[in-house]
Order: sequence, then structure tokens, then C-alpha cells
Amino acid sequence: MTDQLGNSFSVALLGKGGAGVITAGDMLLAAAAHCGLYGLMIRVVGPQIRGGESAALVRLGSAPIGCLDDRFDVLLGINWKQAERLLADIAVDADSIVVTDPAEDDVPQSIAVSGAALQQLEMKKLAKSVSGGRVNMVALGYVAGLAGIPEEAIRHAIEKELRRKGQQSVDASVAAAMLGFSRTRSSAAPHAVNEQSGNRWMISGNHATGLGALRGGVRFAAAYPITPATEILEWLAPRLIDGGGALTQAEDELASINMAIGASYGGIPSLTATSGPGLSLMLEGLGLAVCAEIPVVVVNVMRAGPSTGIPTKPEQSDFNAAIYGLHGDAPHIVVAPNSVADCVFTTQWAVHLAEATQAPVIVLSDQFIGQALVVADPVPAISFFAKRKLAENIPEAFERYAITADGISPMPLPGTPGGQYTADGLEHSSGAKPSGTVADHYAQLDKRAGKIADFDYGQHWADIDGEGELAILTWGSTTSVVREALQRLPDKVTCKLKLIALRLLLPVRQQDMAAALDGVSRLIVIEQNHTGQLYRFLRAWYDLPPDVDTLHRPGPSIFRPGEIATKISEWCGE
Amino acid sequence: MSAAAPCKLKASDYKSGTRPVWCPGCGDFHILASLTKAVAALALAPENIAVVSGIGCSSRIPAYLNCYGFHGVHGRALPMATGLKVARPDLTVICAGGDGDGFSIGGNHFLHACRRNVDITYVVMDNEIYGMTKGQPSPTTAPDWDTELAPGGTGVSPFHPLVIALASGANFVARAFSGDVKGTTKILAEAISHPGFSFVQILSPCVTYRPDQREWKNKVHPPPVSFTTDAAQAARRVMTDDGFNIGILYKGSRDKYGQAVERSGDFERDLHEEFLV
Repeated sequence: MTDQLGNSFSVALLGKGGAGVITAGDMLLAAAAHCGLYGLMIRVVGPQIRGGESAALVRLGSAPIGCLDDRFDVLLGINWKQAERLLADIAVDADSIVVTDPAEDDVPQSIAVSGAALQQLEMKKLAKSVSGGRVNMVALGYVAGLAGIPEEAIRHAIEKELRRKGQQSVDASVAAAMLGFSRTRSSAAPHAVNEQSGNRWMISGNHATGLGALRGGVRFAAAYPITPATEILEWLAPRLIDGGGALTQAEDELASINMAIGASYGGIPSLTATSGPGLSLMLEGLGLAVCAEIPVVVVNVMRAGPSTGIPTKPEQSDFNAAIYGLHGDAPHIVVAPNSVADCVFTTQWAVHLAEATQAPVIVLSDQFIGQALVVADPVPAISFFAKRKLAENIPEAFERYAITADGISPMPLPGTPGGQYTADGLEHSSGAKPSGTVADHYAQLDKRAGKIADFDYGQHWADIDGEGELAILTWGSTTSVVREALQRLPDKVTCKLKLIALRLLLPVRQQDMAAALDGVSRLIVIEQNHTGQLYRFLRAWYDLPPDVDTLHRPGPSIFRPGEIATKISEWCGE
Repeated sequence: MSAAAPCKLKASDYKSGTRPVWCPGCGDFHILASLTKAVAALALAPENIAVVSGIGCSSRIPAYLNCYGFHGVHGRALPMATGLKVARPDLTVICAGGDGDGFSIGGNHFLHACRRNVDITYVVMDNEIYGMTKGQPSPTTAPDWDTELAPGGTGVSPFHPLVIALASGANFVARAFSGDVKGTTKILAEAISHPGFSFVQILSPCVTYRPDQREWKNKVHPPPVSFTTDAAQAARRVMTDDGFNIGILYKGSRDKYGQAVERSGDFERDLHEEFLV
């Protein structure tokens, strides 16, 4: 593994808006995928709606890539206007190559002093020499050459992306890219390209979330746009509508959660997606779904908060809101995908859990995995599919909220003769009549808590790797970075380390955790927020080893593997 | 799901038998009677009707019916009814509530439900007061109505729900009076049958906090002219009348929500292919 990671190759393409660096990054990733490489791309944008500076951060390798590297092998600036704001995310050093256009401003001071080798490329001039040629295509050809990607793969990626714009557009872009490619002096890529073109996916976390939702049986979605969750809803819209489901744009998040609850009351598995401020608006509705026992899934793609915060940057700081935000004693489920590809499984599982327990499920994704685009192995379809316990033949003395052994009561859907009942946010009797009695309140509280606590979550509550007396506990997007950090550490360290990546954040799994921590003497909790939200939650709810440490820091910059590897080494006393 | 087969039931068969929390003399009792008569007249099976509400005295109505019901959170009945109808177009979906629930906390949803034009019927039992919280001014309360929360009155112009509904695109707009059970039954039956979003404001006296509203029965009168299909004309009429004109004001012919899309019904398409490099 270490060898393969050592062979990864990182490219940053930077330019002001309109320069097309994101398109070039997409094509670079597609070209790499075409010739059998794995990869990941993260887009970094300034605050402007259009015309601001932006960067495509691309990392390629012969093994699956879960996060960015600490540094970049190549930084290409189409221009350097206001580049400083983005350079904090793009470290270059004496081993890096920086490509600049002599017709543009000089490279910023921070780059000039880095010791990186400067290469001049007349991108503007070369682009102008081709009718309809664009600078970003020259840049694409050049960096693809540096990455050791063959001409044919570049051509393929351009064709795939631009086919709908017509042959002329494809030809101009290919010609411009080939000019850039021909200027590449040598391949800087330390690895050989794997010519075996794999059966791979190119997918973002947000699209993977949409796929998981459809696979899980979601057929209604309510949508209110919010960065960085909107792509989930935009991906679902045509697919739900074409397939005979429905997506309704709501007037606000108060409406979207209630639309989803209404649709689910009608028997249709339903979902909405949002980010922090939208989750806050949905909390009242989630309390209703708990009380009325209506399945619903809310995907919260976390961004740096509080309030509007930093909408285009990640943070794992809505943990507390998702766990504790509901009013009253409101048992519900919170899950978190731990990689881009895992968004498929975890979202599908979330739909399954919601339907099976007749309760709301919050999925905590974040901007990093939500908007990252990866080349990954396809995620196979699994058999979890919405299975709600329905009341279809209604007996004489039917009770909607009957106390059952597993706490889950058969639900009649509207249209079922004899099953008529009023779902209610008022506390109620087992017969669904509003009730304020001690007996009914206790019975229903116990029922709603029990069905969540006693449900069989199987092995999916956490992904556990390794054995040892030292354990690292993490969750969500940080998991990918921790995994790579562990691969960088020497065997004498990793042989003592166990990784526990929580997928099920709520309900707590005390027995499972006790088994996972058996023999562990020291634990470190790693997460991306300012107050160590998971760490504090663990201390409140779990029996932990006496020696528990924490590594937490807020966004907006995502964790890099070197940062975590250093911390783990120190913590291990190495 | 089962199609709405003709169903011969009496109005009383649509009642659950649960005793309402309403005060003796509350206008909402009459509305419960009118609604059950209307659905009986339309021969709708109780299991194919869903009544969705928010919070307030009138929002308790689902529990008093022998239909499917959802008593949700304050102000969000319309989004819930929207989601249910979009997901289950086979159902007859009726949304019900009061003036505080519908025009204050739920005001934004009212605008967008009108313009979205989902095929649901929205019944607002308007008593110009928050009754459940014991007498605070609502958006339809006159500016000089003295309350503990607004001593001497709010000084704020009341909301005009019918004009707002017309301006926002509701497809059927009517005003009724709870004491006129026969007329209200007819209006509700027409509202439920009319495609798209139907809005019925029913003046419903609160005998406890607005005893002055007992006089409404002497003030209401039939409209001078029949309904129009011209929303601008309907708005002009309703803005210049005395507020006690009872009847159907407007019937529109906009396409209801969700009609435009051709659906293949195909979820079998392999989504796996979509992401292949």
C-alpha cells in the first residue's frame, strides 16, 4: 500500500473564473480513469457567484484515493489574479513543478520562495493559434503529459465531455490540448500508467448519496436548494420524475421536511437533503416524525458553521445538532458515510433503517465527500430495500401505536379500509387518540426508544480494521484521511493500532463498542470540529479506556494525511 | 391503491365519535357537520380521504373524522398535504386549520400552495383570533381589537386571505359561513371536486373570545352575482365588499400540479451504467 501511495500524483489547476480550470480538472480525472488510474478531485472556489478565482485539485494513483495529499507535484496557474486566497490549500515545495504563462502576472511570492521549479508555458498564445482553442485545454494537455497520461486518453475524455457541443468544439479542444501535451518536456509522474482500463465509476459523494437513496427505495424527495447539498436533489430530480416518483421544490426547509413526512405517511419512502441552517429549520418536523412514527431520511451535507458559516467548506460540526437538536425525548437514528463511495451504502442503509423502524434518520455527510469527485470501484447493489411493517388486513380492534415486542407497530396506509387513524404530534394512546396520561406517555416513550435501541444494526455500526492495544476512533469524511495516515506509518506502529470508524452515531451501541475496545488501553478520537463533539459524546455515553486523547480542529481546510500521521506518531510515542 | 369506488354512507359515518375539545357553540362544530355531509354527498370512501392539519382549535378536526388524518406541527399543514397528494394522487386530500395556523406561522406556505396548485382543498376556519392560546390577535383580527397581548389593538391592517389566494394563483376561491351548513356543504363539495388548489375561508365564530361574532349570522348574505372565471374581477369584488358575501367567488382552469410530466415508470434502468467511466 505504501508503495502505491508513494506513487500518487497531485496536480492543482488554478485560474480566475471563466478560465475553465474545473472543466480541465474533470477531464484530467476522466482521462486518468480511462487509462486505468484511480483519482480524486476537489474543487476550490472563491465567494463570487461567477468570475471568481477557482482551483481544481486532482490526485491520481494506481490505488483508490480517499483524500488529498499534503503537497502538490504540479501547480499550473492559467493566471494568478487573487490566487493567494486559494494557495493555502495548495502546498508546493522544491520537488514541485509550477507552470506559468509568461504573458500573465509573475507567480505569487509564496510560490517563488518555495523552491519549486518554474516552467514557462505560453498557454494564451498556444490557445490563440487554434481556431476555437481555449487556454484550459492547453493546460489540460500539458499536465496530462506531466502525469504520463497518453494522448488517446486525453482525446477520449475531451470527446466524452464535449460531444454534445458538436464535433467542431471537440476538434478545437483536442487540438489545443495536443499543443499543450507536445510542450511537456518529460513525464514528472513517478508511476507507470496502468493500461488496463477498469470497470470503474466516476462519481461524487452527492451523486452517490442520490444513488443510495434510489437503491433504498426512495420515490419522493422534497427539495430546497442549499450549498453544498443541492447536487443530491438536482441529481434525483430527473431520475425520480422519469421513474414515476416525484420531487417537489419546497418554499423553504420547513416545507420540505413536512412534504417528505406527508409523502411518507402515504407510504412512499421519502427524503430531503440540506445543510446546517436547513437542518435547524427541519428539527421541529423531525420531532413530529419521531412522535407520529413516520419514516423519513434527511441528508445533512455539513459545512463550516455556525449560521451561514463557510458554505463551500467542510466541517463535522453538526454532530451535536443532529444528535441533540430535537426537542423532547426524541429517539432517532444518525448515520455517517465514511468515504465518497460509502455515501451509496450508508444512504441506502439509512432508508432501510427509517422504513424498518418508522423513525427519522439523519445522514451526516459533508462538503468534502459530498462534492469530491472520485474514480472508484463500483459499489455493488445490496439487498437492503425499504421494508415497512404495514397493516394490510385490519383486525376488529386495531391500534396504530400498539405496543409490540420490538416496539414497531404495523402501519396502515391511507386507502386501507378500516385502518383509518390520525397520525399525531400530540402524545397519544396506543389507539392513536390524543392522551396526556402518565401511562400513555411512559408507554409510548418506552416504545419509541426501544424500537431504536433494540433494532439489529448488524456489523454496519462501524468499520473496524486492525488489532492492537491502541485504538483510533473517527467518523465521516475524516476516516479516509486517517486511513491514509495509517498507511504512511511504519509497521512497528500500525501493528499496535486498531481503527474504529463509526457509521452509526445514534443510537449508542454500548455492547458493540465494549467488544471493539476489548484489550484497548489507549484511545484517540479524531474529528473535524472546534469542540470535539464526538469525543464529548463518547465520554458521556460509553465506557472508554482510562487514557483517551482527542485530535480535533475545525475547517475550513480538510485534514491532510501528513498532519494526522504526525499526530498519531506523537501519540504513540514514536 | 384502491380507486375511489362509489360509497353510500351517511354523513355521521364519517365521524369518529371522539368528542371535540371545542367550546359549546363553536362554529367549528357546524364545519365538521358540513364537511362530513360534503364527502358523503360525493360518495367518497372514508379510507380514501386524508385530512391534514396543523395546530389550533380547528386543527383538531382530523381526530373527529373517520378518515385518515395527520395532526402535524403548527403552520405546516399545507406542505404536509402537498407531499401526501403528490406522492398519493389517488387520495382525496383536505387540509384544514385556523387563521393563525394558515395565515401567520403558515403564511408563506399559503402563498406557495396557491401558486403550486396541487389538487387539494384548503379549509380555513377563520375566527379572527388565536383561541387555543386564549385570545391573541391573528392576522385577520381588526386593528382595534383589544387583547392582553395587544392592549388597545394591534394597529395593524388585517390580512385579506381571499385576495391573496387569488393573487397567488389558487384555482377555486370561496367564502362560507359555518352557521350556513347547507351552503357550506355545497361549497365544500364543489371545492373538493374542482381540480387544483381550492381555498375555502369559512367564517367560524369563536363564542368564547369573540362573543361579538355571534352577530355574524345576521350579517352574512349571498353574493350579488355568481362566481367569475376572471381572477382580477373576483379580487376587485372581494376587496370592495363588506366581508360577509358568502359563496363561490372564483373558479379557475389552470392545470393542476404534476400534470405536465410524462412518466416512464421505469426504475429498473441500471443506474450502475450511469457512472461507468
